[in-house]
Amino acid sequence: MALLSVEDLRTHFHTSAGVVRAVDGVSFAIERGEVLGLVGESGCGKSVTSLSIMRLVPPPGRVTAGRIRLEDEDLLDKDAEAMRRVRGARIAMVFQEPMTSLNPVFTIGDQIAAAVLAHEGGGRRAAWERAVEMLDRVQVPSPRERARDYPHQLSGGLRQRAMIALALAPGPQLLIADEPTTALDVTIQAQILDLLRRLQAERGMAVLLITHDLGVVAEVCHRVAIIYAGRIVETGSVASIFASPVHPYTRGLLRCLPHPSRFGQPLSSIEGAPPDLRAVDGGCRFAPRCPHAIEACRREEPALAKRKPGHFVACPVVPA
Amino acid sequence: MSVVAHTAAPALARRRRRVSFRAAFGLSVLLLMGGSAILAPQLAPWDPAKQMLLKRLRPPVWQERGLSQHPLGTDHLGRDILSRLLYGGRISLGVGLTAVTLSALIGVSLGLTAGFFGGRLDALIMRVVDVFLAIPYILLAMGVVFALGPSLGNVILVMGATRWVQFARIVRAEVLSIREREFVAGARARGNRSLRLLLHHVLPNALTPIIVVATLELAFMIIYESALSFLGLGVQPPTPTWGWMLADGRNYVASAWWLATLPGLAIMLTVLAVNLLGDWLRDTLDPRLTV
Repeated sequence: MALLSVEDLRTHFHTSAGVVRAVDGVSFAIERGEVLGLVGESGCGKSVTSLSIMRLVPPPGRVTAGRIRLEDEDLLDKDAEAMRRVRGARIAMVFQEPMTSLNPVFTIGDQIAAAVLAHEGGGRRAAWERAVEMLDRVQVPSPRERARDYPHQLSGGLRQRAMIALALAPGPQLLIADEPTTALDVTIQAQILDLLRRLQAERGMAVLLITHDLGVVAEVCHRVAIIYAGRIVETGSVASIFASPVHPYTRGLLRCLPHPSRFGQPLSSIEGAPPDLRAVDGGCRFAPRCPHAIEACRREEPALAKRKPGHFVACPVVPA
Repeated sequence: MSVVAHTAAPALARRRRRVSFRAAFGLSVLLLMGGSAILAPQLAPWDPAKQMLLKRLRPPVWQERGLSQHPLGTDHLGRDILSRLLYGGRISLGVGLTAVTLSALIGVSLGLTAGFFGGRLDALIMRVVDVFLAIPYILLAMGVVFALGPSLGNVILVMGATRWVQFARIVRAEVLSIREREFVAGARARGNRSLRLLLHHVLPNALTPIIVVATLELAFMIIYESALSFLGLGVQPPTPTWGWMLADGRNYVASAWWLATLPGLAIMLTVLAVNLLGDWLRDTLDPRLTV
């Protein structure tokens, strides 16, 4: 059985200007020890999906339908106190912005020790030792000294390492990393991804990696789900998706990546913009931007269908 | 915000080493006032309530008819002014500090609640704040003291209960911005309870404006207490307070200037010192002013 399975998740924002269907029928599953990449452009519902799993969608957003199962429990059925015990202990989160994700008035050692104390109990001294050990595990140099530093004294890369240590301190089964490397420069990005992959393998932890960067996906993920305008349009193993993308949106995304064989040519982009999520009707949401769109695309919303073992595509038109 | 967070503390460290005139002056005057108030029983040459009618209305020692046993003169009942100033400082500073603490406790907790939980609770608390701001505080204080009777405890209670709105408004505004910052969302995602988020993550980040408001309010409270005493609603005689001495002395301003001038000077110096210190604190702690 999958560690986490999300079925037909719908998270809508009821605003005065209409209902924004930020996530509208998303399904996926993550196995134990698996890294799933959730890829899409800005505003397509990646972060709302992760916040829905944590049940931290800010108002006026609300999960209106669907099921989120962690092992054999439905997270949407839990009361507030039971859900609070899931957060951090079983599902942890790392955010994009390492500048503002740490409390500026406490040392990073204090913050990690507080997380350890909250989840494991024990003495303050033991918690501090655990904090230093955690910093060592995320390869912070001279962790004993760095533990006494405040967040502003650390570089972006070190801060993101501290964030990861903070998230992993309680030993979660699932880590949701929401654009963990977007704010970092490329060399640091590679180090952080490397660290994530190593820790994931060591602990057999599952990771939901949210990103808009297909390069990051290729580097660390086992499987990918491509999300567009609140729906998953294609999902499969990294090898399968990169070798034979089917959905026109996936193909478009892959074409947007710079590639040595296209040296000297301008980078391509996908024409048009994502649809207004307040006014999506029955048809395929990518149809207005899709070069292959036919009349049927605008009438009927395509469902994910199997193309190859483990590779599902929500487009009946484009042949493999 | 992130840039600010990044530069705040080193800038703070740099500035701390450069102690300004304002800070030095404010701090030394306050220490002097506070020290002499605490040590009043040891320092005061006379019992502040002791009347010596034979020596009434003597000027300070440097004037003609001044007596060396009464360096700052005596009042119309022959009480020693220096002793009364020293003992009066205990009341003025003590009442000021307690009242600020009380009003900070009320205001900070209500401001935290309003800003953090928002919604109807916020609307309710802020409407109460509006009501308090709409009524002149002296009038409110007069009403309450008339009803409860003037005693030290009641005066402190009234002062705290009318000035908490200053804290509530500033804390609420600060919390509104802090609660949107990512480390609060992160702490929530780590399974922290709301109370812990509030006390451990939000409150420590809102301390700077609280400290600054507290110093400014301390100066205000000293004047407030003097005003209440001046109106006869404060601490009752024979307990000496600066405000009461000022009120008492105004009948003799033409003939005995020292009765009203010296307590007035004490109030002015203390308030000035606290204000300078508060100003300096604000400039030093506020990262937005360091750039």
